[in-house]
Amino acid sequence: MEFYRSQVLCCTGTGCTSSGSNAIVRAFEYEIEQAGIDKEIKVVPTGCFGLCETGPVVIIYPEGSFYSRIKVEDVPRIVSEHLVKGRIVRDLLYSESLDEKENILSLNEVEFYKKQKRVALRNCGVIDPENIDEYIAFDGYKALAKVLTEMTPEAVVECVKQSGLRGRGGGGFPTGLKWSLAQKPVSDIKYVCCNADEGDPGAFMDRSVLEGDPHCVLEAMMIAGYAIGAQQGYIYVRAEYPIAVKRLRIAIGQAKEMGLLGDDIFGTGFNFDIDIRLGSGAFVCGEETALLASIEGERGEPRPRPPFPAVKGLFGKPTLLNNVETYANICQIILNGAEWFAGMGTEKSKGTKVFALGGKINNTGLVEIPMGTTLREVIYDIGGGIPDNKGFKAAQTGGPSGGCIPVEHLDIPIDYDNLISIGSMMGSGGMIVMDEDNCMVDIAKFFLDFTVDESCGKCPPCRIGTRRMYEMLEKITEGRGEPGDLEKLEQLGKNIKASALCGLGQTAPNPVLSTIRYFRDEYEAHINEKRCPAGVCKALLSYSIDPEKCIGCSLCSRVCPAGAISGEIKKTFAIDQSKCIKCGACMEKCKFKAISVG
Amino acid sequence: MKSIQELEAIRKKTLESINLRKDTEGTRIVVGMATCGIAAGARPVLTAFMDEAAKRNLQHVVVAQTGCIGVCRLEPIVEVYQPGKEKVTYVKVTPDMVGKIVTEHIVNGNPVTGYTIGYYEAHSK
Repeated sequence: MEFYRSQVLCCTGTGCTSSGSNAIVRAFEYEIEQAGIDKEIKVVPTGCFGLCETGPVVIIYPEGSFYSRIKVEDVPRIVSEHLVKGRIVRDLLYSESLDEKENILSLNEVEFYKKQKRVALRNCGVIDPENIDEYIAFDGYKALAKVLTEMTPEAVVECVKQSGLRGRGGGGFPTGLKWSLAQKPVSDIKYVCCNADEGDPGAFMDRSVLEGDPHCVLEAMMIAGYAIGAQQGYIYVRAEYPIAVKRLRIAIGQAKEMGLLGDDIFGTGFNFDIDIRLGSGAFVCGEETALLASIEGERGEPRPRPPFPAVKGLFGKPTLLNNVETYANICQIILNGAEWFAGMGTEKSKGTKVFALGGKINNTGLVEIPMGTTLREVIYDIGGGIPDNKGFKAAQTGGPSGGCIPVEHLDIPIDYDNLISIGSMMGSGGMIVMDEDNCMVDIAKFFLDFTVDESCGKCPPCRIGTRRMYEMLEKITEGRGEPGDLEKLEQLGKNIKASALCGLGQTAPNPVLSTIRYFRDEYEAHINEKRCPAGVCKALLSYSIDPEKCIGCSLCSRVCPAGAISGEIKKTFAIDQSKCIKCGACMEKCKFKAISVG
Repeated sequence: MKSIQELEAIRKKTLESINLRKDTEGTRIVVGMATCGIAAGARPVLTAFMDEAAKRNLQHVVVAQTGCIGVCRLEPIVEVYQPGKEKVTYVKVTPDMVGKIVTEHIVNGNPVTGYTIGYYEAHSK
């Protein structure tokens, strides 16, 4: 093994790749070679560091310098200054990594990372995901070795049970219980499947785990295989994740080459193999029975349960299905013990959870926090608050299946049960932050639009019911709402929840119900006053000119594309509401702030 | 893979190159690599330290560079940081001094007094 004095870690997750990190990697390799120090410095492409907002991100060790928003033009300077002369290029550092006195902080001291605890993401941004040796160096496949040589299948299941781990895909079903249910049936063939069909808008933690640490999922699936008595695993991953699919393929190839996948692993007689199945982007295929149907080559539609997959799953055989993030915790639990994991989190929700922060927040990205952290800490401390100092209105968790959390619940400790008690849910961990400029009716309509689109159409409550709800929301946002609409929405929502076939339909009304619960006044303003308080619903906006402030300069009437503004120079102008198309051009142009919208 | 020993061998082998990315409490060998240092021949010194560290398969040793340490007339300057110990500064270092510094100081924990700045300043006048 060569000795490198410095390593340049470049994030090559999807986020940073889209902002050009591949070119950065090439530029570093080129410049380092030009400087003649390619024997001393190693460039390592890694997975996601989590701070996607500031990508492309580069970390240089041993100093641990965190460079953010790097451009190809910056690379020669970093190489000649930092790598050749040892002078850190301060103006390119992530601004938060300097304290008030301009001292450089270590990564763990930066606000964004300080309150995080990385378990599932522990290797993301640390190792080269395309190099199995690096995974092994960070204790990779050690948990598998321990399980195969020291533990009985029953002991493995018991360990997972004791850890208190719950399904990270959304439902929060106790993982240990799921494993023991799949362990019980006697069958010659069983399957272990991984749900990597991450469909919630705004959630990308599963993708990041697969991109940054694919082997940890493979290893956990093998452990699961040993525990329940399966020899074959399938990873169902959506085709829209090309980087994740590529790295998974490389990882499986390397594991097979080393004999970590295949027959007689570690000479213990245990055989296991893993194949990939690509999904084509149907949201419903994240539902377990639909997913298994899709792997079988059938149409991705859910079926009634029971029988549960643990009894009769893939190809009619007992099947264990877990989410990517759930698997990402397994090896750590085996290595560090159930007590270690159960020592983190709250009474009924153990360990950590990854959230994808998005929407109106400064630090868009991926964060992993111990269960029980408050929403306020996530948004203000880790997330860096809301841009332009605007006010927090709500956070949507659980995507189209979840609900919103209003400002009065900012201090609630985040765990499965607390979120359900306030009408939302953990879901897969998407967290979309909304400020005062977001209209809650419009948000509810956005999520419902998604579920209407993604309904597979098998059961009428979901197929017809969600569409009727959507139409009602459309009516309300267009100013045609009538008294009684809210009650109808609530009634219909409850009925859909009670009668839909699968999780998609059963949770689809949640965004509507929870926004009605917390923002009823906003709905009522739309219905009764034909007014959108946040100024989002176009049909409800009206622009008006304040006669006190208008000096009659005619600028607005000249810029109006619809010819809706008229008046005499030096006298107050007026807007003809019947002609106004609500484009807002007049308001932008007026130098005297005389035009307002309401 | 037929045995856990095989796995352990890969782990150990790769760990050395990975150690850099962990917050280790190990030894830091810092070479002054500003213009003054480079002009005085710091680069061969730096590579000599790296070769020596690789040759001896030293764990928890980081070879890093820094800017101008300030006493340009004494370059190349090398500073050795070890947890709980006072920093040791070597001056006018040449590649052939590196082996001795690594063996006596880094491995055995006895700084090579004759190469240090204190010794040099006391005896050069």
